[in-house]
Amino acid sequence: MTIETREARQPWILLSPSLVAITLLLVIPLLFIVVYSFWLRTATGADQAGFFLDNWNEALTDAFYRDILLYTLKIAAITTVACALLGYPAAYFIARSKGNKALLLLLLMLPFWISYIIRTMSWINILGVSGAINSILISLGIISEPIQMLYNQVTIVLGLVHFLLPFMILNIYVSLEGIDVTLEDAACSLGATRWQSFLEVTLPLSIAGLAAGGLLCFVLAAGTYITPVILGGPSDAMFANLVFEAIITQLDWPLGSALSLMLLAVLGALVLVYNHFLGMGQLMKGLGK
Amino acid sequence: MSWLFLRLWTVLVYLFLFLPIGVVMLLSFNANQFGSFPITGLSFRWFFKLADNDAILRAFETSLLLGSLTAVISTTLGVLASLALVRYKVPGQNMISTLLIAPILVPEVVLAVALLLFLNALSINKSFFLLLMGHVIFTLPFVVLVVQARLVNIRRDVEEAAMSLGASPRQTFLQITLPLLAPAVFAGMLFAFTISFDDITGTLFWKPGGVETVPTQIFAMLRNSISPEINALGTVMIILTVGLPLLGIGIVRKMSTKSGE
Repeated sequence: MTIETREARQPWILLSPSLVAITLLLVIPLLFIVVYSFWLRTATGADQAGFFLDNWNEALTDAFYRDILLYTLKIAAITTVACALLGYPAAYFIARSKGNKALLLLLLMLPFWISYIIRTMSWINILGVSGAINSILISLGIISEPIQMLYNQVTIVLGLVHFLLPFMILNIYVSLEGIDVTLEDAACSLGATRWQSFLEVTLPLSIAGLAAGGLLCFVLAAGTYITPVILGGPSDAMFANLVFEAIITQLDWPLGSALSLMLLAVLGALVLVYNHFLGMGQLMKGLGK
Repeated sequence: MSWLFLRLWTVLVYLFLFLPIGVVMLLSFNANQFGSFPITGLSFRWFFKLADNDAILRAFETSLLLGSLTAVISTTLGVLASLALVRYKVPGQNMISTLLIAPILVPEVVLAVALLLFLNALSINKSFFLLLMGHVIFTLPFVVLVVQARLVNIRRDVEEAAMSLGASPRQTFLQITLPLLAPAVFAGMLFAFTISFDDITGTLFWKPGGVETVPTQIFAMLRNSISPEINALGTVMIILTVGLPLLGIGIVRKMSTKSGE
């Protein structure tokens, strides 16, 4: 074997364990559920292999599934917009602050290390019947009976924003960090107001980060299972809850496969559109931080 | 846009992020018999109750074991792959990178369903092994991203210098590359462990009946109602998952300054 062929083979030897793992544990399983979604559930036990369109027919035409899919996308969209509006000014402040930038960034990373379920349930302590807000209002004499603020659409969005905001801020921050500060000054010296120079120079240049953060927020929000269970009411099921119900509770694996693929198709299409226009580079920059 | 407004806004955003967590910690030390407001005094009783709770202790054992194994496997795979991507020109590099981070792009529920159904078809039922495979596959992308970001900083000429001074490739790897790599390996392991320790959605799909990790245990306890024990458990977890990485960052900083970066 020549040195050249050895050099050429080395990276593949290094890559092979990961590629084998991804193939066996992700790619083939995904292809497998495509096949499985055409199988048929039988009353007797084992699912019947074959090519049946029943599950897809049910998943795609039943208004129940369509409504929950739309509801899920709506919640994800509201969450994403809320994260962008809340996060942008904060990201801008961090990017332009001088003294305490490192501390602000470190603090922004902390939520990632705090258990998602703890962060989600922490809102029960704030909004619950015996939570902080009710206790304060009662002790001030403003209300006499606690108000039920939990278990609705608003609290789901609140929980999701609380979970996803750091992703959004970090992504916007990364793109703002890459913009030359003197550009804004240049715009100002040419007669633009601060606000104009922000709108016409900084904002357009930070769109990539905003889009990366938006994609992450949307995809993670739309795929969430836990938040609606803990902070939502009985009628607030999102799409992942449907999938869990089909797979784990009803053991209807063929239908569960079709539903999973529906969610994957919708969110995957979004990722593809994003990749087409902006590429994966920005997203990885934000994630690698 | 005035600077003062931005400062105020940022303070409010940080309060929004941390206040609920602060309340969890505050309530876990509350002496009140229901553990909720009002705060009646300082007490450690909920922590003692926690230490007596066998289910929670078992969940901790499971989570620690699962997280450690995940960290070792995932980091081994991730470091090797990152070395290949950073050090060599590989044809189809973009495709490979995308494939490696694909588990983040696929919604976790979908990944959970696919893995569960496929391994089941291979007669691998819900088990600790399935749980481990699931955690490995979905921590791998994060490890690859973190390790790659660190690897780029390691200068190749140091290795070349060692080789030109007569070190064999093996010696170079063991005495030069590996020590320089250590912070990246450490960061990857920490990251994988934390993500595994925190995972709940995939875990709910993969775990066999009767086995609980800390998050699924909390989830099961929440079904009843929020109890002060959960707040105490939350406090313990926050101390573990925030305190340990902060310590870790300190160690990594030390290691990288020592290795002369």
